[in-house]
Amino acid sequence: MLKTLLSGDNPRSKVLSLVLLAVVISLALAPFLFPGTKSLETAARICIFIVLVASYDLLLGYAGIVSFAHTMFFGIGAYGTALALSATGPTFLSILWGTGAGVVIAAAFALAIGLFSLRVKAIFFAMVTLAVASAFAIAVSQASWLTGGEDGLNYRIPRELTPAFKLLPDKVFGVRINGKLLNYYLVFFSSAILFIVMLRIVNSPFGRTLQAVRDNAFRAEAIGYRVIWYRTTATVLSAVMAALAGSLLAIWLRYTGPATTLSMEIMIDILLMVVIGGMGTMYGAILGATIFILAQTYLQNLMGVAADATSFVPFISHLVEPERWLLWLGVLFILSVYFFPSGIVGRLREMKS
Amino acid sequence: MTEEHPILETRDLTIRFGGHVAVDHVSCAFKRGTLTAIVGPNGAGKTTYFNLISGQLKASAGQVILNGADITRASVPERTDRGIGRAFQLTNLFPSLSVRENVRLVAQAKAGLGFDMFSVAESHIELIERAEHVLAEVNLIDSGEQIVSALPHGDQRKLEVALMIALGPQVLMFDEPTAGMSVDEVPIILDLIKSLKQDIDRTILLVEHKMDVIRSLADRIIVLHNGALVADGDPAEVIALPVVQEAYLGKVPEAA
Ligand SMILES: Nc1ncnc2c1ncn2[C@@H]1O[C@H](COP(=O)(O)OP(=O)(O)OP(=O)(O)O)[C@@H](O)[C@H]1O
Ligand SMILES: [Mg+2]
Repeated sequence: MLKTLLSGDNPRSKVLSLVLLAVVISLALAPFLFPGTKSLETAARICIFIVLVASYDLLLGYAGIVSFAHTMFFGIGAYGTALALSATGPTFLSILWGTGAGVVIAAAFALAIGLFSLRVKAIFFAMVTLAVASAFAIAVSQASWLTGGEDGLNYRIPRELTPAFKLLPDKVFGVRINGKLLNYYLVFFSSAILFIVMLRIVNSPFGRTLQAVRDNAFRAEAIGYRVIWYRTTATVLSAVMAALAGSLLAIWLRYTGPATTLSMEIMIDILLMVVIGGMGTMYGAILGATIFILAQTYLQNLMGVAADATSFVPFISHLVEPERWLLWLGVLFILSVYFFPSGIVGRLREMKS
Repeated sequence: MTEEHPILETRDLTIRFGGHVAVDHVSCAFKRGTLTAIVGPNGAGKTTYFNLISGQLKASAGQVILNGADITRASVPERTDRGIGRAFQLTNLFPSLSVRENVRLVAQAKAGLGFDMFSVAESHIELIERAEHVLAEVNLIDSGEQIVSALPHGDQRKLEVALMIALGPQVLMFDEPTAGMSVDEVPIILDLIKSLKQDIDRTILLVEHKMDVIRSLADRIIVLHNGALVADGDPAEVIALPVVQEAYLGKVPEAA
């Protein structure tokens, strides 16, 4: 059963299995284990980014394609849902057609970029995605009549997904059973399903072919694989998954703007999460997203505590001032990439043998 | 010869790199069930001739005909589908994957399963069995789990041949298959080519420098020199020709 769910791709390391189990259980029970708005926001964000990062790993780690347009596809999904909710009201039907439209547009964009530029050198594809994504981000911020420009869009979501919707009169384990909780589980289960689907794709004959194309496109052609079609299909699949993740974000946040979806900063975050977790492993997305987002969210607080505790040591307290959290995040990444070149997952698997 | 069409034919096949003509109006027909050795000094254009037939290079002029169809403009995978198989002179494998996976990928391509996204690859037992079978033929069965990049050079050469065998093509093109192999490994490959030769549906093109190998295997020899076909015929006759003797005079035997 579990083997089927994981498509036979077991974590292949005891420590890794335990860590993954801990993360999944924590996310599944987050509303009960970590009460509070901020922790729930963080948990939902982790779920969504696991999908986003895994879909990028499908492209980078499995197919060996470097793209800078991943946040564009993420944004297309988010804006699709956001615009639908704004235009046709806070109904599930709006979510459905908005998400559908986002997915179709993301797929069409990916298909066009893929067919146009995957024939040529990898660097050319990377440049094209960078150019298209930048142009798209500018277009979105200019078209403020539609997208709200830099301010983005605020909209309402179906009442069943908001705190106003009460399922039970009483709290369960101190947690209100309301629409917000439903919303969280919508995000959690959708993310889980999308992840399992991607795990299946990378372990399917198609996924294996992607690895062959990544390893040696020349030979892949010579044994009969039409490399351009495999690369294009991988690009489209990964775009569709990113768009779905974007749609989840739009529903969860009730807000969609350039800063939360389209920014180059998020693109770099995704890259880092893939590399830290371990490229071409899928499970790396779970670890990468979790560690990165936890660090992003709590490092500042942690450093505030440290600065207070060391306030009597002038130099040290200066170093751990909360404003310097980005510096420390950077140091953390350099260290992790240096010590775990194959990512955390790769490292844990090596340790076993 | 009315009913026995050649399976493969090149007509005035030519390619130029800038001003340099690497393959120069080569016209040659290959009959079903034969083994033709292609010889010539380094840089004669043997590998380039192969690349034109299997599609890695596109001809400047001339045609490639397979089973009566003009495939001169066909893509590499299309030619593979039509029955052309290639083992490369410079080992050309999937380095980060296991030995078995390399061969399994070929079986998978042949089964047309490449776009199947919903099944688990390992659940296709028949592909794994096919891979095991081919690995046994080249004596690599014990290395199935190894990652290719960590494989000794001789084993990589065997795997190179295994990938073509797994494809089961009509036309098999070997480009110096035994170059760089140790003495005890060479017979494995030669026996394999011999047994492939038994199958009358297969046509083999073999680039090889070792004259004793050619003598024992070839039905026919063609000689390329500066890209042109300079001799063609019975092995014994061709080897005796002055042009061949001359071409091989400066040549260090065993060099890859
Ligand atoms: N892609 C290319 N671009 C430019 N020149 C090339 C290219 N491929 C081959 N050549 C040239 O064409 C000529 C024929 O090369 P080829 O590799 O076919 O020789 P060969 O007969 O296989 O030699 P060897 O016995 O060394 O393998 C050489 O002069 C080579 O430099
Ligand atoms: Mg050569």
